[in-house]
Amino acid sequence: MRISVLWYCLKQGIKNICRNIWFSLASIATISACVFLFCLFFSIIANVQFMVKNMESTVGITVLFEEDLSEADIQALGDVIQERSEVKEMIYVSPKEAWESFQKDYFAGHEELAEGFSEDNPLAGSASYEIHLHDISTQNVLVAYLQGLEGVRQVNYSNMIVAGFGGFNRMISLLSLVIIGVLLLVAMFLISNTISVAAAFRKKESQIMRLIGATNFMIRAPFIVEGVLIGLIGAGIPLAGIYVLYTRSVTYLMEKFQILSGIFMFLPMDAIFPTMIAVAMCLGVGIGFFGSIFTVRKYLRV
Amino acid sequence: MIEILNVCKTYGTGNRALRDINITIQDGEFVFIMGRSGSGKSTLLRLLIKEEEPTSGEIIVNDTDLQDMRRRHIPRYRRRLGMVFQDFRLLKDRNVFENVAFAQRVVGTPQKTIRESVPEMLKLVGLSAKYKSLPQHLSGGEQQRVAIARALINRPEVLLADEPTGNLDHQNAAEIMNLLWDINQRGTTVVVVTHSQEIVEQMGGRVITLERGRIISDEIKDGQSHED
Repeated sequence: MRISVLWYCLKQGIKNICRNIWFSLASIATISACVFLFCLFFSIIANVQFMVKNMESTVGITVLFEEDLSEADIQALGDVIQERSEVKEMIYVSPKEAWESFQKDYFAGHEELAEGFSEDNPLAGSASYEIHLHDISTQNVLVAYLQGLEGVRQVNYSNMIVAGFGGFNRMISLLSLVIIGVLLLVAMFLISNTISVAAAFRKKESQIMRLIGATNFMIRAPFIVEGVLIGLIGAGIPLAGIYVLYTRSVTYLMEKFQILSGIFMFLPMDAIFPTMIAVAMCLGVGIGFFGSIFTVRKYLRV
Repeated sequence: MIEILNVCKTYGTGNRALRDINITIQDGEFVFIMGRSGSGKSTLLRLLIKEEEPTSGEIIVNDTDLQDMRRRHIPRYRRRLGMVFQDFRLLKDRNVFENVAFAQRVVGTPQKTIRESVPEMLKLVGLSAKYKSLPQHLSGGEQQRVAIARALINRPEVLLADEPTGNLDHQNAAEIMNLLWDINQRGTTVVVVTHSQEIVEQMGGRVITLERGRIISDEIKDGQSHED
Protein backbone atom coordinates (compact mmCIF):
# COMPACT_ATOMS: atom_id res chain seq x y z
CA MET A 1 0.00 0.00 0.00
CA ARG A 2 1.22 3.46 -0.87
CA ILE A 3 2.16 5.90 1.88
CA SER A 4 -0.14 8.47 0.24
CA VAL A 5 -3.11 6.10 0.65
CA LEU A 6 -2.30 5.49 4.31
CA TRP A 7 -1.87 9.20 4.89
CA TYR A 8 -5.16 9.93 3.10
CA CYS A 9 -7.06 7.41 5.24
CA LEU A 10 -5.49 8.71 8.45
CA LYS A 11 -6.27 12.31 7.57
CA GLN A 12 -9.86 11.53 6.66
CA GLY A 13 -10.27 9.49 9.85
CA ILE A 14 -9.09 12.42 11.96
CA LYS A 15 -11.36 14.78 10.01
CA ASN A 16 -14.31 12.47 10.67
CA ILE A 17 -13.62 12.57 14.41
CA CYS A 18 -13.46 16.37 14.37
CA ARG A 19 -16.62 16.70 12.29
CA ASN A 20 -18.68 14.62 14.73
CA ILE A 21 -16.81 15.65 17.83
CA TRP A 22 -19.66 15.06 20.30
CA PHE A 23 -20.44 11.59 19.04
CA SER A 24 -16.73 10.84 19.01
CA LEU A 25 -16.32 12.09 22.58
CA ALA A 26 -19.27 9.96 23.73
CA SER A 27 -17.67 6.90 22.13
CA ILE A 28 -14.27 7.72 23.64
CA ALA A 29 -15.88 8.15 27.08
CA THR A 30 -17.66 4.80 26.89
CA ILE A 31 -14.57 2.95 25.72
CA SER A 32 -12.58 4.73 28.44
CA ALA A 33 -15.07 3.58 31.07
CA CYS A 34 -14.93 0.03 29.74
CA VAL A 35 -11.13 -0.05 29.65
CA PHE A 36 -10.83 1.70 33.03
CA LEU A 37 -13.02 -0.90 34.70
CA PHE A 38 -11.10 -3.64 32.97
CA CYS A 39 -7.79 -2.20 34.24
CA LEU A 40 -9.20 -1.77 37.74
CA PHE A 41 -10.46 -5.33 37.96
CA PHE A 42 -7.32 -6.60 36.28
CA SER A 43 -5.20 -4.92 38.98
CA ILE A 44 -7.39 -6.29 41.78
CA ILE A 45 -7.50 -9.81 40.39
CA ALA A 46 -3.76 -9.85 39.64
CA ASN A 47 -3.00 -8.68 43.16
CA VAL A 48 -5.40 -11.09 44.84
CA GLN A 49 -3.93 -13.95 42.81
CA PHE A 50 -0.46 -12.76 43.76
CA MET A 51 -1.42 -12.74 47.43
CA VAL A 52 -3.05 -16.16 47.16
CA LYS A 53 0.03 -17.56 45.42
CA ASN A 54 2.14 -15.98 48.09
CA MET A 55 0.02 -17.61 50.72
CA GLU A 56 0.21 -20.95 49.01
CA SER A 57 3.95 -20.84 49.41
CA THR A 58 3.95 -19.50 52.96
CA VAL A 59 0.72 -20.68 54.56
CA GLY A 60 0.55 -24.43 54.98
CA ILE A 61 -1.37 -27.17 56.71
CA THR A 62 0.21 -28.68 59.78
CA VAL A 63 -0.70 -32.29 60.59
CA LEU A 64 -0.03 -33.51 64.11
CA PHE A 65 -0.20 -37.20 65.02
CA GLU A 66 -1.31 -39.26 68.01
CA GLU A 67 1.44 -39.36 70.65
CA ASP A 68 1.62 -43.15 70.75
CA LEU A 69 2.41 -43.36 67.00
CA SER A 70 5.93 -44.50 66.19
CA GLU A 71 8.11 -42.54 63.78
CA ALA A 72 7.79 -45.39 61.27
CA ASP A 73 3.99 -45.16 61.43
CA ILE A 74 4.18 -41.42 60.93
CA GLN A 75 6.47 -41.88 57.92
CA ALA A 76 4.02 -44.44 56.49
CA LEU A 77 1.14 -41.99 56.91
CA GLY A 78 3.32 -39.31 55.33
CA ASP A 79 3.79 -41.50 52.26
CA VAL A 80 0.01 -41.89 51.96
CA ILE A 81 -0.55 -38.14 52.24
CA GLN A 82 2.19 -37.42 49.71
CA GLU A 83 0.21 -39.40 47.14
CA ARG A 84 -2.59 -36.81 47.19
CA SER A 85 -2.79 -34.61 44.07
CA GLU A 86 -3.39 -31.44 46.12
CA VAL A 87 0.01 -31.74 47.82
CA LYS A 88 2.82 -29.69 46.36
CA GLU A 89 5.45 -30.39 49.02
CA MET A 90 5.65 -31.87 52.46
CA ILE A 91 8.19 -31.19 55.15
CA TYR A 92 8.57 -33.57 58.05
CA VAL A 93 9.20 -31.76 61.32
CA SER A 94 10.56 -34.14 63.94
CA PRO A 95 9.88 -33.47 67.67
CA LYS A 96 13.51 -32.35 68.02
CA GLU A 97 13.18 -29.83 65.18
CA ALA A 98 9.89 -28.65 66.57
CA TRP A 99 11.47 -28.02 69.97
CA GLU A 100 14.45 -26.23 68.41
CA SER A 101 12.15 -24.01 66.41
CA PHE A 102 10.04 -23.30 69.48
CA GLN A 103 13.11 -22.34 71.48
CA LYS A 104 14.20 -19.97 68.73
CA ASP A 105 10.81 -18.29 68.61
CA TYR A 106 10.05 -18.01 72.29
CA PHE A 107 13.32 -18.06 74.20
CA ALA A 108 15.32 -15.80 71.93
CA GLY A 109 17.70 -13.84 74.19
CA HIS A 110 16.68 -15.89 77.23
CA GLU A 111 18.14 -19.27 76.24
CA GLU A 112 18.79 -20.08 79.92
CA LEU A 113 15.06 -20.49 80.48
CA ALA A 114 15.04 -23.49 78.14
CA GLU A 115 17.94 -25.17 79.87
CA GLY A 116 15.61 -26.85 82.35
CA PHE A 117 14.26 -28.95 79.49
CA SER A 118 17.66 -29.93 78.15
CA GLU A 119 17.19 -33.62 78.91
CA ASP A 120 13.48 -33.72 78.28
CA ASN A 121 11.74 -32.61 75.05
CA PRO A 122 8.36 -31.17 76.06
CA LEU A 123 7.27 -31.52 72.39
CA ALA A 124 8.15 -35.22 72.21
CA GLY A 125 4.76 -36.10 70.80
CA SER A 126 4.72 -33.23 68.30
CA ALA A 127 6.08 -34.83 65.14
CA SER A 128 4.28 -33.16 62.28
CA TYR A 129 4.10 -32.63 58.57
CA GLU A 130 3.96 -29.15 57.10
CA ILE A 131 2.04 -29.41 53.83
CA HIS A 132 2.03 -26.85 51.04
CA LEU A 133 -0.57 -27.00 48.30
CA HIS A 134 -0.54 -26.53 44.55
CA ASP A 135 -3.80 -24.59 44.75
CA ILE A 136 -4.99 -23.09 47.99
CA SER A 137 -8.62 -23.48 46.98
CA THR A 138 -8.26 -27.27 47.43
CA GLN A 139 -7.32 -26.81 51.08
CA ASN A 140 -10.72 -27.72 52.50
CA VAL A 141 -10.83 -31.02 50.59
CA LEU A 142 -7.40 -32.02 51.83
CA VAL A 143 -8.13 -30.91 55.41
CA ALA A 144 -11.28 -33.06 55.46
CA TYR A 145 -9.25 -36.00 54.17
CA LEU A 146 -6.49 -35.50 56.73
CA GLN A 147 -8.97 -35.18 59.60
CA GLY A 148 -10.44 -38.53 58.59
CA LEU A 149 -7.09 -40.32 58.68
CA GLU A 150 -6.51 -42.68 61.58
CA GLY A 151 -3.57 -41.59 63.72
CA VAL A 152 -4.02 -37.90 62.97
CA ARG A 153 -4.55 -35.92 66.16
CA GLN A 154 -4.91 -32.42 64.87
CA VAL A 155 -4.91 -30.50 61.59
CA ASN A 156 -3.99 -26.82 61.77
CA TYR A 157 -4.90 -24.56 58.87
CA SER A 158 -6.09 -21.07 58.16
CA ASN A 159 -9.61 -21.47 56.93
CA MET A 160 -10.72 -17.87 56.95
CA ILE A 161 -7.98 -16.52 54.72
CA VAL A 162 -8.48 -19.17 52.09
CA ALA A 163 -12.22 -18.91 52.01
CA GLY A 164 -12.05 -15.12 52.05
CA PHE A 165 -9.58 -14.75 49.22
CA GLY A 166 -11.03 -17.53 47.11
CA GLY A 167 -14.55 -16.10 47.38
CA PHE A 168 -13.40 -12.54 46.85
CA ASN A 169 -11.46 -13.50 43.74
CA ARG A 170 -14.41 -15.35 42.27
CA MET A 171 -16.81 -12.51 43.04
CA ILE A 172 -14.50 -9.89 41.51
CA SER A 173 -13.96 -12.01 38.39
CA LEU A 174 -17.68 -12.52 37.91
CA LEU A 175 -18.56 -8.90 38.60
CA SER A 176 -15.87 -7.62 36.25
CA LEU A 177 -16.99 -9.98 33.50
CA VAL A 178 -20.59 -8.80 33.76
CA ILE A 179 -19.76 -5.08 33.93
CA ILE A 180 -17.16 -5.24 31.16
CA GLY A 181 -19.56 -7.27 29.03
CA VAL A 182 -22.32 -4.67 29.38
CA LEU A 183 -19.92 -1.79 28.77
CA LEU A 184 -18.48 -3.60 25.76
CA LEU A 185 -21.95 -3.79 24.22
CA VAL A 186 -22.67 -0.13 24.99
CA ALA A 187 -19.29 0.90 23.55
CA MET A 188 -19.87 -1.15 20.39
CA PHE A 189 -23.31 0.39 19.97
CA LEU A 190 -22.02 3.92 20.48
CA ILE A 191 -19.10 3.53 18.13
CA SER A 192 -21.37 2.00 15.53
CA ASN A 193 -23.65 5.01 15.95
CA THR A 194 -20.73 7.42 15.58
CA ILE A 195 -19.56 5.70 12.41
CA SER A 196 -23.12 5.65 11.01
CA VAL A 197 -23.36 9.41 11.53
CA ALA A 198 -19.97 9.91 9.86
CA ALA A 199 -21.03 7.64 6.98
CA ALA A 200 -24.29 9.56 6.54
CA PHE A 201 -22.38 12.84 6.68
CA ARG A 202 -20.02 11.66 3.96
CA LYS A 203 -22.60 9.79 1.90
CA LYS A 204 -22.20 12.08 -1.09
CA GLU A 205 -18.44 11.82 -0.93
CA SER A 206 -18.64 8.02 -0.74
CA GLN A 207 -20.97 7.96 -3.75
CA ILE A 208 -18.55 10.10 -5.75
CA MET A 209 -15.67 7.87 -4.67
CA ARG A 210 -17.57 4.82 -5.86
CA LEU A 211 -18.18 6.33 -9.28
CA ILE A 212 -14.61 7.53 -9.64
CA GLY A 213 -13.37 3.99 -9.09
CA ALA A 214 -12.30 3.95 -5.46
CA THR A 215 -12.08 0.47 -4.00
CA ASN A 216 -14.18 -0.68 -1.06
CA PHE A 217 -11.02 -0.41 1.00
CA MET A 218 -10.50 3.25 0.11
CA ILE A 219 -14.13 4.09 0.83
CA ARG A 220 -14.27 2.24 4.13
CA ALA A 221 -10.76 2.72 5.48
CA PRO A 222 -11.25 6.30 6.79
CA PHE A 223 -14.21 5.13 8.89
CA ILE A 224 -12.26 2.18 10.24
CA VAL A 225 -9.33 4.49 11.00
CA GLU A 226 -11.81 6.72 12.82
CA GLY A 227 -13.03 3.78 14.91
CA VAL A 228 -9.51 2.59 15.67
CA LEU A 229 -8.38 6.10 16.66
CA ILE A 230 -11.37 6.49 18.97
CA GLY A 231 -10.49 3.09 20.46
CA LEU A 232 -6.85 4.08 20.91
CA ILE A 233 -7.72 7.34 22.65
CA GLY A 234 -10.40 5.55 24.66
CA ALA A 235 -7.80 3.04 25.89
CA GLY A 236 -4.96 5.53 26.39
CA ILE A 237 -6.81 7.82 28.79
CA PRO A 238 -7.77 5.16 31.40
CA LEU A 239 -4.34 3.53 31.14
CA ALA A 240 -2.71 6.81 32.13
CA GLY A 241 -5.31 7.23 34.91
CA ILE A 242 -4.80 3.72 36.24
CA TYR A 243 -1.01 4.15 36.24
CA VAL A 244 -1.25 7.19 38.50
CA LEU A 245 -4.05 5.75 40.63
CA TYR A 246 -2.35 2.40 41.17
CA THR A 247 1.07 3.69 42.10
CA ARG A 248 -0.39 6.26 44.50
CA SER A 249 -2.86 3.79 46.06
CA VAL A 250 -0.19 1.15 46.65
CA THR A 251 2.14 3.68 48.24
CA TYR A 252 -0.70 4.99 50.43
CA LEU A 253 -1.85 1.51 51.53
CA MET A 254 1.67 0.34 52.28
CA GLU A 255 2.28 3.41 54.40
CA LYS A 256 -1.06 3.36 56.23
CA PHE A 257 -1.35 -0.38 56.81
CA GLN A 258 2.23 -1.44 57.41
CA ILE A 259 1.00 -3.88 60.01
CA LEU A 260 -0.73 -5.93 57.32
CA SER A 261 2.27 -5.95 55.00
CA GLY A 262 2.74 -9.67 55.67
CA ILE A 263 -0.65 -10.49 54.12
CA PHE A 264 -1.21 -7.65 51.70
CA MET A 265 1.71 -7.67 49.35
CA PHE A 266 1.06 -5.68 46.19
CA LEU A 267 2.51 -6.30 42.80
CA PRO A 268 4.74 -3.49 41.53
CA MET A 269 3.24 -1.52 38.62
CA ASP A 270 5.99 -2.75 36.29
CA ALA A 271 4.83 -6.32 36.85
CA ILE A 272 1.27 -5.78 35.65
CA PHE A 273 1.45 -2.70 33.41
CA PRO A 274 2.91 -4.29 30.23
CA THR A 275 0.16 -6.96 30.15
CA MET A 276 -2.45 -4.38 31.11
CA ILE A 277 -1.37 -2.04 28.27
CA ALA A 278 -1.43 -4.86 25.74
CA VAL A 279 -4.87 -6.15 26.75
CA ALA A 280 -6.39 -2.67 27.21
CA MET A 281 -5.11 -1.53 23.81
CA CYS A 282 -6.45 -4.69 22.18
CA LEU A 283 -9.77 -4.07 23.93
CA GLY A 284 -9.98 -0.40 22.87
CA VAL A 285 -8.75 -0.92 19.33
CA GLY A 286 -10.84 -4.09 19.03
CA ILE A 287 -14.04 -2.26 20.01
CA GLY A 288 -13.19 0.55 17.56
CA PHE A 289 -12.21 -1.76 14.75
CA PHE A 290 -15.07 -4.24 14.96
CA GLY A 291 -17.66 -1.58 15.82
CA SER A 292 -16.71 0.40 12.71
CA ILE A 293 -16.14 -2.51 10.34
CA PHE A 294 -19.61 -3.94 10.96
CA THR A 295 -21.16 -0.52 10.41
CA VAL A 296 -19.30 0.36 7.20
CA ARG A 297 -19.96 -3.07 5.74
CA LYS A 298 -23.64 -2.35 6.25
CA TYR A 299 -23.65 1.21 4.91
CA LEU A 300 -20.93 1.45 2.28
CA ARG A 301 -20.89 -0.95 -0.62
CA VAL A 302 -19.39 -0.65 -4.11
CA MET B 1 -15.17 0.37 -28.44
CA ILE B 2 -18.47 0.07 -26.59
CA GLU B 3 -20.80 -2.72 -27.70
CA ILE B 4 -24.28 -3.01 -26.29
CA LEU B 5 -25.83 -6.20 -27.62
CA ASN B 6 -29.51 -7.15 -27.26
CA VAL B 7 -29.69 -5.53 -23.85
CA CYS B 8 -32.96 -5.57 -21.90
CA LYS B 9 -33.47 -4.23 -18.43
CA THR B 10 -36.57 -4.84 -16.35
CA TYR B 11 -36.65 -3.56 -12.79
CA GLY B 12 -38.11 -5.54 -9.91
CA THR B 13 -41.26 -3.44 -10.09
CA GLY B 14 -41.91 -4.81 -13.59
CA ASN B 15 -40.88 -1.57 -15.26
CA ARG B 16 -39.22 -2.45 -18.59
CA ALA B 17 -36.62 0.34 -18.84
CA LEU B 18 -34.72 -1.00 -21.87
CA ARG B 19 -35.88 -3.36 -24.61
CA ASP B 20 -33.48 -5.10 -26.98
CA ILE B 21 -30.93 -2.30 -27.24
CA ASN B 22 -28.10 -2.66 -29.76
CA ILE B 23 -25.50 0.10 -29.95
CA THR B 24 -21.87 0.12 -31.09
CA ILE B 25 -19.75 3.16 -30.29
CA GLN B 26 -16.30 3.31 -31.87
CA ASP B 27 -13.20 4.64 -30.09
CA GLY B 28 -13.02 8.43 -30.28
CA GLU B 29 -16.68 8.91 -31.24
CA PHE B 30 -18.90 11.70 -29.90
CA VAL B 31 -22.40 10.33 -29.35
CA PHE B 32 -25.59 11.90 -28.06
CA ILE B 33 -28.17 9.68 -26.42
CA MET B 34 -31.46 11.53 -26.53
CA GLY B 35 -34.86 10.90 -25.12
CA ARG B 36 -37.57 12.16 -22.81
CA SER B 37 -37.71 11.40 -19.11
CA GLY B 38 -38.32 7.70 -18.58
CA SER B 39 -37.02 6.74 -22.03
CA GLY B 40 -34.24 4.64 -20.49
CA LYS B 41 -31.19 6.86 -21.11
CA SER B 42 -30.13 7.01 -17.46
CA THR B 43 -30.62 3.26 -17.10
CA LEU B 44 -28.31 2.81 -20.06
CA LEU B 45 -25.64 4.92 -18.35
CA ARG B 46 -26.07 2.98 -15.11
CA LEU B 47 -25.54 -0.25 -17.02
CA LEU B 48 -22.37 1.18 -18.60
CA ILE B 49 -20.88 2.12 -15.23
CA LYS B 50 -22.03 -1.23 -13.82
CA GLU B 51 -24.31 0.23 -11.21
CA GLU B 52 -27.04 -1.99 -12.62
CA GLU B 53 -26.98 -5.40 -14.32
CA PRO B 54 -28.89 -5.98 -17.56
CA THR B 55 -31.72 -8.50 -17.36
CA SER B 56 -30.44 -9.98 -20.61
CA GLY B 57 -27.93 -9.13 -23.32
CA GLU B 58 -24.27 -8.22 -23.25
CA ILE B 59 -22.21 -5.07 -22.75
CA ILE B 60 -18.57 -5.02 -23.84
CA VAL B 61 -16.40 -1.97 -23.14
CA ASN B 62 -12.97 -2.03 -24.77
CA ASP B 63 -12.91 -5.83 -24.86
CA THR B 64 -14.12 -6.16 -21.28
CA ASP B 65 -17.37 -8.08 -20.98
CA LEU B 66 -19.18 -6.47 -18.05
CA GLN B 67 -21.19 -9.64 -17.46
CA ASP B 68 -18.09 -11.62 -16.52
CA MET B 69 -16.61 -8.89 -14.39
CA ARG B 70 -16.08 -9.77 -10.74
CA ARG B 71 -17.28 -7.36 -8.10
CA ARG B 72 -13.77 -6.58 -6.91
CA HIS B 73 -12.75 -5.54 -10.44
CA ILE B 74 -15.51 -2.92 -10.74
CA PRO B 75 -13.47 -0.04 -9.21
CA ARG B 76 -10.60 -0.63 -11.65
CA TYR B 77 -13.09 -0.69 -14.54
CA ARG B 78 -14.73 2.55 -13.40
CA ARG B 79 -11.35 4.27 -13.45
CA ARG B 80 -11.41 3.76 -17.21
CA LEU B 81 -14.58 5.84 -17.40
CA GLY B 82 -15.12 9.48 -16.52
CA MET B 83 -18.52 10.55 -15.21
CA VAL B 84 -20.11 14.01 -15.35
CA PHE B 85 -23.50 14.72 -13.79
CA GLN B 86 -26.20 17.34 -14.12
CA ASP B 87 -25.79 18.34 -10.45
CA PHE B 88 -21.95 18.46 -10.68
CA ARG B 89 -21.51 16.42 -7.47
CA LEU B 90 -18.64 18.49 -6.14
CA LEU B 91 -17.44 18.46 -2.54
CA LYS B 92 -18.40 21.80 -1.05
CA ASP B 93 -15.83 21.70 1.74
CA ARG B 94 -12.92 21.45 -0.71
CA ASN B 95 -11.57 23.96 -3.17
CA VAL B 96 -11.33 23.48 -6.91
CA PHE B 97 -7.84 21.99 -6.74
CA GLU B 98 -8.84 19.51 -4.04
CA ASN B 99 -12.03 18.50 -5.86
CA VAL B 100 -10.02 17.56 -8.93
CA ALA B 101 -7.19 16.02 -6.89
CA PHE B 102 -9.80 13.97 -4.98
CA ALA B 103 -10.26 11.66 -7.97
CA GLN B 104 -6.54 10.90 -7.93
CA ARG B 105 -6.18 10.65 -4.17
CA VAL B 106 -8.88 8.00 -3.85
CA VAL B 107 -7.17 5.78 -6.40
CA GLY B 108 -3.83 6.14 -4.63
CA THR B 109 -1.99 8.44 -7.06
CA PRO B 110 1.28 9.74 -5.58
CA GLN B 111 1.24 13.31 -4.33
CA LYS B 112 3.96 14.36 -6.78
CA THR B 113 1.85 13.27 -9.76
CA ILE B 114 -1.20 15.04 -8.32
CA ARG B 115 0.76 18.28 -7.96
CA GLU B 116 1.70 18.09 -11.63
CA SER B 117 -1.48 16.80 -13.24
CA VAL B 118 -4.16 18.89 -11.49
CA PRO B 119 -2.87 22.31 -12.67
CA GLU B 120 -2.56 20.87 -16.19
CA MET B 121 -6.18 19.70 -16.09
CA LEU B 122 -7.41 23.00 -14.65
CA LYS B 123 -5.64 24.77 -17.48
CA LEU B 124 -7.42 22.53 -19.99
CA VAL B 125 -10.84 23.42 -18.60
CA GLY B 126 -9.89 27.09 -18.18
CA LEU B 127 -9.99 27.31 -14.40
CA SER B 128 -6.30 27.82 -13.55
CA ALA B 129 -7.00 31.14 -11.89
CA LYS B 130 -9.74 29.74 -9.64
CA TYR B 131 -7.95 26.73 -8.18
CA LYS B 132 -8.39 28.03 -4.62
CA SER B 133 -12.12 28.83 -4.93
CA LEU B 134 -14.79 26.80 -3.24
CA PRO B 135 -17.44 25.32 -5.58
CA GLN B 136 -20.24 27.43 -4.11
CA HIS B 137 -18.34 30.57 -5.15
CA LEU B 138 -18.30 29.49 -8.81
CA SER B 139 -20.95 29.83 -11.51
CA GLY B 140 -22.83 26.74 -12.70
CA GLY B 141 -20.69 26.55 -15.83
CA GLU B 142 -17.49 26.77 -13.82
CA GLN B 143 -18.69 24.08 -11.43
CA GLN B 144 -19.38 21.80 -14.36
CA ARG B 145 -15.86 22.49 -15.66
CA VAL B 146 -14.47 21.37 -12.32
CA ALA B 147 -16.58 18.21 -12.58
CA ILE B 148 -15.23 17.60 -16.09
CA ALA B 149 -11.66 18.15 -14.91
CA ARG B 150 -12.26 15.63 -12.12
CA ALA B 151 -13.72 13.13 -14.59
CA LEU B 152 -10.72 13.48 -16.89
CA ILE B 153 -7.89 13.62 -14.39
CA ASN B 154 -7.38 9.84 -14.40
CA ARG B 155 -7.22 9.84 -18.23
CA PRO B 156 -10.34 7.74 -18.89
CA GLU B 157 -10.96 6.04 -22.22
CA VAL B 158 -14.61 7.08 -22.21
CA LEU B 159 -16.34 10.16 -20.80
CA LEU B 160 -20.00 9.65 -19.87
CA ALA B 161 -21.97 12.84 -19.30
CA ASP B 162 -25.47 12.62 -17.83
CA GLU B 163 -27.37 15.82 -18.72
CA PRO B 164 -24.20 17.94 -18.29
CA THR B 165 -25.99 21.14 -19.29
CA GLY B 166 -29.24 20.48 -17.47
CA ASN B 167 -28.55 23.08 -14.77
CA LEU B 168 -26.91 25.68 -16.99
CA ASP B 169 -28.05 28.71 -18.96
CA HIS B 170 -27.69 28.82 -22.72
CA GLN B 171 -24.28 30.52 -22.75
CA ASN B 172 -22.72 28.19 -20.15
CA ALA B 173 -24.32 25.14 -21.78
CA ALA B 174 -22.72 26.05 -25.11
CA GLU B 175 -19.32 26.50 -23.44
CA ILE B 176 -19.54 23.14 -21.70
CA MET B 177 -20.53 21.41 -24.94
CA ASN B 178 -17.58 23.04 -26.69
CA LEU B 179 -15.29 21.82 -23.93
CA LEU B 180 -16.64 18.28 -24.31
CA TRP B 181 -16.10 18.57 -28.06
CA ASP B 182 -12.46 19.64 -27.50
CA ILE B 183 -11.94 16.70 -25.16
CA ASN B 184 -13.32 14.39 -27.82
CA GLN B 185 -10.95 15.88 -30.38
CA ARG B 186 -8.07 14.86 -28.11
CA GLY B 187 -9.10 11.22 -28.52
CA THR B 188 -11.52 10.51 -25.66
CA THR B 189 -14.80 8.80 -26.55
CA VAL B 190 -17.63 11.04 -25.30
CA VAL B 191 -21.19 9.87 -24.64
CA VAL B 192 -23.61 12.65 -23.71
CA VAL B 193 -27.07 11.83 -22.40
CA THR B 194 -29.45 14.75 -22.88
CA HIS B 195 -33.05 15.62 -23.52
CA SER B 196 -32.14 19.01 -25.03
CA GLN B 197 -33.02 19.11 -28.72
CA GLU B 198 -31.44 22.54 -28.92
CA ILE B 199 -27.96 21.31 -27.91
CA VAL B 200 -28.11 18.37 -30.26
CA GLU B 201 -29.12 20.59 -33.16
CA GLN B 202 -26.37 23.04 -32.36
CA MET B 203 -23.61 20.42 -31.94
CA GLY B 204 -24.70 17.80 -34.46
CA GLY B 205 -22.99 14.40 -34.76
CA ARG B 206 -24.28 10.93 -33.99
CA VAL B 207 -27.59 11.00 -32.16
CA ILE B 208 -29.25 7.88 -30.75
CA THR B 209 -32.84 8.51 -29.71
CA LEU B 210 -34.59 6.34 -27.16
CA GLU B 211 -38.31 6.14 -26.51
CA ARG B 212 -39.93 3.88 -23.91
CA GLY B 213 -36.78 1.80 -23.68
CA ARG B 214 -36.35 1.26 -27.44
CA ILE B 215 -34.01 2.86 -29.97
CA ILE B 216 -36.17 4.76 -32.41
CA SER B 217 -33.35 6.35 -34.38
CA ASP B 218 -29.56 6.27 -34.69
CA GLU B 219 -28.43 8.93 -37.16
CA ILE B 220 -25.77 11.51 -37.96
CA LYS B 221 -27.05 15.07 -37.73
CA ASP B 222 -25.46 18.22 -39.05
CA GLY B 223 -24.64 20.77 -36.38
CA GLN B 224 -24.39 24.54 -36.42
CA SER B 225 -21.12 24.97 -34.54
CA HIS B 226 -19.27 21.73 -35.34
CA GLU B 227 -19.27 19.59 -38.43
CA ASP B 228 -18.39 15.92 -38.04
